[in-house]
Amino acid sequence: MLTTNQIVIVAGVLFVLLNIAAGLIWVERRLLALWQDRLGPNRAGPLGILIVLADTLKLFFKEDWIPPFADKWVFVGAPAIVVGSVLMSFVIIPFAPGIVVADLNIGILFFLAMSSLGVYSIVLGGWASNNKYALLGALRGASQMIAYEVFMGLSLMGVVMLTGSFNLGDIVAAQKHLWFVVTQPVGFIIFFIAGIAETHRLPFDIPEAESELIAGYHAEYSGMKFGMFFIGEYLGITLISAMIVTLFFGGWLGPAFLPPLVWFVIKLFFFIGMFILLRASLPRPRYDQLISTGWKVLLPLVLANVLITGAVALWLRGR
Amino acid sequence: MSTLFYISSIVAVASTVMVITRYHPVHALLYLAVSFLSVGMIFLSLGAPFVAALEIIVYAGAIIVLFIFVVMMLNLGRETAQQEKEWLQPKVWVVPSILVLILLVEMIILLFSDNKDIMRISVVDPRKVALSLYGEYIIAVELTGFLLMAGIVGAAHIGKHKRSSLHRFLQNGENGNGKAHTGVPPEQVSNEQTVLHD
Repeated sequence: MLTTNQIVIVAGVLFVLLNIAAGLIWVERRLLALWQDRLGPNRAGPLGILIVLADTLKLFFKEDWIPPFADKWVFVGAPAIVVGSVLMSFVIIPFAPGIVVADLNIGILFFLAMSSLGVYSIVLGGWASNNKYALLGALRGASQMIAYEVFMGLSLMGVVMLTGSFNLGDIVAAQKHLWFVVTQPVGFIIFFIAGIAETHRLPFDIPEAESELIAGYHAEYSGMKFGMFFIGEYLGITLISAMIVTLFFGGWLGPAFLPPLVWFVIKLFFFIGMFILLRASLPRPRYDQLISTGWKVLLPLVLANVLITGAVALWLRGR
Repeated sequence: MSTLFYISSIVAVASTVMVITRYHPVHALLYLAVSFLSVGMIFLSLGAPFVAALEIIVYAGAIIVLFIFVVMMLNLGRETAQQEKEWLQPKVWVVPSILVLILLVEMIILLFSDNKDIMRISVVDPRKVALSLYGEYIIAVELTGFLLMAGIVGAAHIGKHKRSSLHRFLQNGENGNGKAHTGVPPEQVSNEQTVLHD
């Protein structure tokens, strides 16, 4: 059954991911500050990195309050779902040759299944809070994530067609000569947009828009339960960045002077940086604009992408 | 593998029973989600990973959330739970229980007979599913496509339904001489409405 090697990989991936997610608190604040011409947190420890520790301690020692009007068990369970489903998705990502938790032959489908379960966290959290702003946030989140899941799945089909496999290891191997971002630019752009909407990050953080909904679906959460939503969001950014790197930017592949894992991490942090830059630079669209753009622009585009990719793949095979 | 199959079957049966007996619709739907997940596990343990993934993506992921949507819109409260309690009288259970008992007896006979073919596991990879869907069963796939298309056309038709009464600011746009204080050109107003209705 389980070998020592597998246990080491599982523990290592879990440890590194949770640390990256916590460390992103500091990275995001420092990068935002840089782009907004401020200093950001720079007091605790070297370059202010101990802000992570201070923040975590603060979250742990806050009063963990469950509102008396809330649906208790659903309220407690909701934050765990987002962290659980995102962590499960990391199971299929090949970080380097041999470093993958489970080499599934339905890799991409597994990722889509887990990301579709993440919606439950928002819906149940917002509903169980029994608060109108939280409920509005939950409703927005549900329709946004269902809509963008469709485009997310379809945008990956071009890559699957070109590789002929759902396995992420095969997909990385197929990019040995040319990254899929060159042959599938439309797929990449739509996956990136859908990824932002799926992780409900700015500019698409409409379920938790502070200016309209206080904090949206997690308005009633405090202490470590709020912390779980927070960590879930950073894990989500890391997951989408890792998927972009694996599917469109050649995964661990790179010139031989650096080991494969280092190439993967460099590309990963480039895209995490992109997510933070988007937050620093773009305003939030209106809710109906987001949904109608999705169904009226992205859906036809992504369907055309699937059609053209399929036709070209058939034509190339027929020659 | 057979142990995993039985464990997930027990979870599936138990959670489905909970779906029926909960008075609160949202709790019932949560158990329904668990039931879908365990059905996905059953498919996985029987060697159909592709169907297992689709089960979670299509049922647990999308349909359930739409269900929750409806439940939240219905504004359910203590009264509905009470009503539900009144509907679920013991005598309602008699006929379904007898029917299910027949199925149970059949299943026990099948499981303990010598015919071991029913639990034979063979792994079906996505490629095989795709080839049989677009080869052998192409007519079924296309007919399903027709059906879904009809659903989309119907939904679009209902969504396009025009509002019969308008706010007094918006009525100016209908007459074609929009007043300056509205500040919105007439075409834009009507567009806005259709967008909101969609």
